[in-house]
Amino acid sequence: MSAAPGAKTFVIDGVDASATPGQTILSAAREHNIFIPTLCHLEGLGDVGACRLCLVEVKGARRLLPACTTRVDEGMEVTTNSPRLADYRQMTMQLLFAERNHVCSVCVANNHCEMQSMATTLGMTHVEVPYRFPALTVDASHERFTLDHNRCILCTRCVRVCSEIEGAHTWDVMGRGIQSKVITDLDQPWGTSETCTSCGKCVQVCPTGALFQKNRTGERRGKDPSFLPYLRTMREEL
Amino acid sequence: MVNMARPSLPSEDKRWRIVQGTMRKHGYSRNALIETLHTVQQSFGFLDKDAIRFVASSLRVPPSQAYGVATFYHLFQLRPPGKHTCQVCLGTACFINGAERLMKHAEKSLGIQAGETTPDGEVSLLAVRCVGSCSFAPVMIFDEKTHSYAKSETLDEQLQAWRQP
Repeated sequence: MSAAPGAKTFVIDGVDASATPGQTILSAAREHNIFIPTLCHLEGLGDVGACRLCLVEVKGARRLLPACTTRVDEGMEVTTNSPRLADYRQMTMQLLFAERNHVCSVCVANNHCEMQSMATTLGMTHVEVPYRFPALTVDASHERFTLDHNRCILCTRCVRVCSEIEGAHTWDVMGRGIQSKVITDLDQPWGTSETCTSCGKCVQVCPTGALFQKNRTGERRGKDPSFLPYLRTMREEL
Repeated sequence: MVNMARPSLPSEDKRWRIVQGTMRKHGYSRNALIETLHTVQQSFGFLDKDAIRFVASSLRVPPSQAYGVATFYHLFQLRPPGKHTCQVCLGTACFINGAERLMKHAEKSLGIQAGETTPDGEVSLLAVRCVGSCSFAPVMIFDEKTHSYAKSETLDEQLQAWRQP
């Protein structure tokens, strides 16, 4: 591989690697076939570092850094896997489950859930922290889709796809901290939203059962975010 | 469909002119969102959905984003304030000097949580972070009047006074 102008050379898991200027650690790692777990990241959307699963160790940095929003610097030494990171990722995953009412066995997304499969990948066998069981609502006012706050992990993929790709910005997050939740327009029933174009992109990118299509059960309930790289490419200026 | 024209004022109320003035001063820039919401809060005492919708569409900010901002900052109130306001400072100095107990007492005697207004619309209870009077901690503010070294009795007396016409 010949180095492109301005390419950054760095070390990832003890291997010398290169990255283009401005490239994130996550993107560079994937190019080098190094696995870093993610949930809020989705190819084709901007990154926000919300889920904290992609935390990596960078030599000289006092804290762990999210791989999806940290850009590669010249001479950086990155560790993507260590007992400490494995511990942190397990804990993060458990906290995601405990924060709201995640019960896979009764979830529409069971076996089609990115969160569930990521937990399996990370070897999570049980949740050690007590579930909070917050009293949350379900919004089925939209003609075709349902929003279930009980299954939301606040990854903001729906917010980003609606704003960045569809351009409607129907979704956003209200409140702060533990009170945060995704809303449509002025925290009104989804079905009454004036800005929603009912395109369904948010449903297709949702990693859990928080957003799902009505009348889709069994084998047809899987999601397909493959339109995203396609739309991205088609919109690039030729 | 969403109307893209700049909206007309929600009502005849003159205070909307002040709100509009703030937006004009900032050239109707999206960045003026917080500043404009401040003006609404100052002029009307709180932000209702009509106000947020008006500001959002005037500045061409998505309604959900404007609502997100309005609910993120504690300074913005989304419900009308009561006739009187009772603020308890929960800043560090006040906290150490028992402000938490004061707040619990206030919540109990008013029957509401911090940030709420009594059902009769008489008293709003607010938690504030620091009012810059740490040497007088704990501090409570009834309407505009600041009380130093506040005690539970200070609150009881004030509530008594407010209840009497």
